[in-house]
Amino acid sequence: MSILFGGRATGAESFNPTFAGRIWMAVLTNLRQSISSLGELWRTPLWTLITVAVLGVSMTFPATLHLLVKNVQQVSNSYDKSFEISLFLQNTATETDVATLSTLLQGNPEVAEVKLISKDAAMQEFKQESGFGEALDFIEQNPLPHVLLVTPKVNTPAAAQQLQENLAKERFVELAKLDISWLERLAALVNLVQQAVYAIAVLLLAGAILVIGNTIRLLIMDKKSEIEVMKLVGATDGFIQRPFLYTGIWLGLFAGILAFLVIELMLWWLEGALARVTSLYQSQFHFAALTFGEFSSLLLIGITLGFIGSYLAVRSHIRAIEPA
Amino acid sequence: MLRFEQVSKGYPGGFVALDRVSFELGKGEMAFLTGHSGAGKSTLLKLVSLIERPSAGRVIINGIDLSTITSRQIPYVRRDIGMIFQDHRLLKTHTVFDNVALPLVIEGFTGRDMARRVHAALDQVGLLDKARCLPETLSGGEAQRVGIARAVVNKPPLLLADEPTGNLDPDLSKDIMRVFEAFNQAGVSVLIASHDLGLIARMRYRMMTLKSGRMIHDGLMHKEEEAQ
Repeated sequence: MSILFGGRATGAESFNPTFAGRIWMAVLTNLRQSISSLGELWRTPLWTLITVAVLGVSMTFPATLHLLVKNVQQVSNSYDKSFEISLFLQNTATETDVATLSTLLQGNPEVAEVKLISKDAAMQEFKQESGFGEALDFIEQNPLPHVLLVTPKVNTPAAAQQLQENLAKERFVELAKLDISWLERLAALVNLVQQAVYAIAVLLLAGAILVIGNTIRLLIMDKKSEIEVMKLVGATDGFIQRPFLYTGIWLGLFAGILAFLVIELMLWWLEGALARVTSLYQSQFHFAALTFGEFSSLLLIGITLGFIGSYLAVRSHIRAIEPA
Repeated sequence: MLRFEQVSKGYPGGFVALDRVSFELGKGEMAFLTGHSGAGKSTLLKLVSLIERPSAGRVIINGIDLSTITSRQIPYVRRDIGMIFQDHRLLKTHTVFDNVALPLVIEGFTGRDMARRVHAALDQVGLLDKARCLPETLSGGEAQRVGIARAVVNKPPLLLADEPTGNLDPDLSKDIMRVFEAFNQAGVSVLIASHDLGLIARMRYRMMTLKSGRMIHDGLMHKEEEAQ
């Protein structure tokens, strides 16, 4: 409705007064503006390519690191499950005591498997492995204790530690040993890398926003006279800025697609090397590529970056342009 | 329709572009605004189209004081005012059709309804056959008529023209003025700023003369001025 001339029907209202009609009109206008933004990008292919390449590369790097962390985590998780608690028994424990304890442990719901290494078997093994051989025959009494190797059912380091503490309190148990410090170290390292990846990602994505913002700013400056004319014939700031927002969104979307393609290309290139690594780990580990969810988030991140970058640019610059 | 009440416009540095100007343009009236360059013609038009705000006094359109219009409302006010410029200000990368359609697109028109209105406006200025051309292939007079078509396409009640014939030869200027007369006869109020005194004199419309920001004459042109 006109402000100055009450009763003068203006614009779309003059022929389509329904609410649904106006919504439809707004959808059409947006569609038209988004497609025309795409057309503008198409008309300047070199400029578009360079911009998308810059954005795509700055998205590829964090995405690749994410993929790397994801796979390292998978490897370290597979190690997490391979706990073993060694129970060194007291010297006073007899064969019968050992057998009783072994049966008792097998009944424990947290225990998957119990394996006995008897005094004699341990001595035998030690003789072979240590190289002392015959020299050990001079020892009158076997100083080695009976050992029970317990494989827990639990699969987190903390639960395994809990089990180890419980087993240490069992009768005849001199010492219960769980070697998880190296696992903890690995987990801490993976965590550190992960945090570093996030920090790098934030920096690179902030850079991408600045690139988009600057690109859109140049575009606005380039169209200064056009914007002035639009303001003179009654365009609102919202109407004028929408094509630039769509330009940013398109650039972000294309950058996301480019990042995905580059990663896929890289995986294809590394396929042979990866296959060799995974074969060394036998079937324990399979290299995971980008999932569909990750692909979608890559596109979504691109679109979001494009929108934020272009919004920052249009907000300050479109308002500043006034016809003189 | 359009009323100025003791309107002054000064710029930082002490330059006074308009000094207590008052006049009223009736509904359906056509008038010329003359004066040497720098006399304040453009400034006066800019106050109407809200490109500038007055330092003192009131500009009133259809009973509404423009000082009550917020900057958010300015686009909607401009949709009620058709503006024509000396350099016609067409979008170079868009066709004649797209240029004329711009005000309609801004208002949300689409499809057949928009095309119908654009063709009607182009028909009124006699350029229906040039709809698909780019502005740079047009002559000066044709480009100016496209500018007029764009100004009238959404049927504004008020037309403002700033030196619309400034770059045209006398014959083309006469054609352009005839186009304005036609819209005026259809009931549109028209205010044309021009320094082409010879052309205006022959047309016998109300004339307002500005000199150094002051309104020194308002009415039909005197014989002695015509002789100058």
